[in-house]
Amino acid sequence: MLETLIEPLQSGFMQRAIITAVLVGIVCASVGSYLMVQRLALLGDAISHSVLPGLAIAFIIGADIFIGAFIAGIVSTLVITWIRTRSQIKEDAAMGIVFSAFFALGITLITIVQKDNKIDLNHFLFGNILSVTQEDVINTAIITAIVLTIVLLLYKELMFYTFDPLGAKAAGLPTNLLDFGLMILIALTIVASLQAVGVILVLAMLITPGATAYLLVTRLHQMMILGSAIGVVASISGMYLSYFFNLPSGPAIVLVAFGMFMLAFLFSPTQGVLTHPGSKSRSSQSGIWRELKGLLRS
Amino acid sequence: MKTFTFCTADSTPRQPHQVPNDTTSMATLRVQHLSVKYRLVEALRNINCELKPGRLTGIIGPNGAGKSTLMKAMLGLVTTTTGQTLYQGKPLIEQLAKVAYVPQRSQIDWTYPAIVWDVVMMGRVRKTGWFHRFSTVSRHLATEALERVGMSDFRHRPIGQLSGGQQQRVFLAKALAEEAEIFFFDEPLAGIDKKTEAVIFEILHELAEAGKTVLVVHHDLGAAIANFDDLILLNRELIASGSRQQVLSAENLQRAYGGQVVFFSEAA
Repeated sequence: MLETLIEPLQSGFMQRAIITAVLVGIVCASVGSYLMVQRLALLGDAISHSVLPGLAIAFIIGADIFIGAFIAGIVSTLVITWIRTRSQIKEDAAMGIVFSAFFALGITLITIVQKDNKIDLNHFLFGNILSVTQEDVINTAIITAIVLTIVLLLYKELMFYTFDPLGAKAAGLPTNLLDFGLMILIALTIVASLQAVGVILVLAMLITPGATAYLLVTRLHQMMILGSAIGVVASISGMYLSYFFNLPSGPAIVLVAFGMFMLAFLFSPTQGVLTHPGSKSRSSQSGIWRELKGLLRS
Repeated sequence: MKTFTFCTADSTPRQPHQVPNDTTSMATLRVQHLSVKYRLVEALRNINCELKPGRLTGIIGPNGAGKSTLMKAMLGLVTTTTGQTLYQGKPLIEQLAKVAYVPQRSQIDWTYPAIVWDVVMMGRVRKTGWFHRFSTVSRHLATEALERVGMSDFRHRPIGQLSGGQQQRVFLAKALAEEAEIFFFDEPLAGIDKKTEAVIFEILHELAEAGKTVLVVHHDLGAAIANFDDLILLNRELIASGSRQQVLSAENLQRAYGGQVVFFSEAA
């Protein structure tokens, strides 16, 4: 069993894949925890879809696609903020409008260049962790290092700001700057994760591991650390599934993460649906029945 | 202009104020011509008033009177169309490190992954400064503050498992840990138990006696109002401000609340 898992690692592409998996698992859960506690999951989705035209344009003009994607992600958050503050449109509608437009532009551009070049739209959309290059790994490592350093250095300020934005502003913290800093962290994280999970599913890596940890621990830093561990396990498992069964890596990783989330959701010692039912405890079988009946009734 | 309103919406406070039993000090926090608009709706119109250190001041008024908005406008948390707030002659928003502000409990997401200790330590973030870890002094202040509000045993408790009164006491501890000169509380007494109410008023009085400037948004005209030294009565504009006895006149209340007021007999 162990040999089956270790043997593929002798090839270079699998070594690069596993390093990427570990980095992506850690960085996504750390930054994603901030998104989740701010109820900004949709923003993660918006930024990830919006990086696509940046990727395409960078590819066309021969620039670094990481930089192109990052710039597009930041531009999209600025446009969202602009629409939200200068009109009566609410934030969720602004996000929906902007990210679908950016995404459409990205698809269009990539479809055009796809004809003459050997690039595959599917790689950007769903990720292909088994095809990352040496350069990709280095880029992902550098971005991860930058993001984690910022998270560590600004931990107490970002925690205060995400818990109590008004209180943080009243204490004189530069909340606009912190907010923009968070956007940059999110955009960087998404760019670092593109190769592994793709733009459509990167949201799952941002939210699901942190949410799983949230059901098990009670403090933000614990959520980040446990979330990172869960993210790493999910992405390594997904990588192997992708290798052995020839699956796209993004969906494989996300499904493993979801499986882990469901385990915590059902069996968390403190909040599990079955281990800690709202009323008095009964056997888990009757617990399942009660849940199902509750669902049907509501 | 009524003789007892020493500052009103249509006059700047030029004359010296006749506040009985005020032997302590001059006003240090001045609100001047403050107006706030939410899009097209005027939330506050030309508010002028003053706060004195050493006195417990309440903001009262009917629902939608702009009580919280006034507090937020003073701190620059909402955009003002005119006016300013001065502390010791300089804009308050440039001296926010001297302010401890406790927002309404309902504005906070109490499912946030944090324990009581984490929240109290947030009171030390600003004083600690960027890129620094919390000092021993900060930890000591937080421990002391938790003890003061009677929440020491709860320091490891997730905040989602606290009752409303306990949440409010944790916020009070956070404010105490800040070592501020000015304390702003937005509806600290909304939906809490009697025990917490007593603890909160005891501490608010202590802060005032220590010479702090203490401002509290207060939501009703019940018996608890007798705890305040001074009051600011609002209904989008300033109705009256000054000592409690002066402000709580039948006429002022009639002007602020219209027909809906349930009169409260002042026992003090």
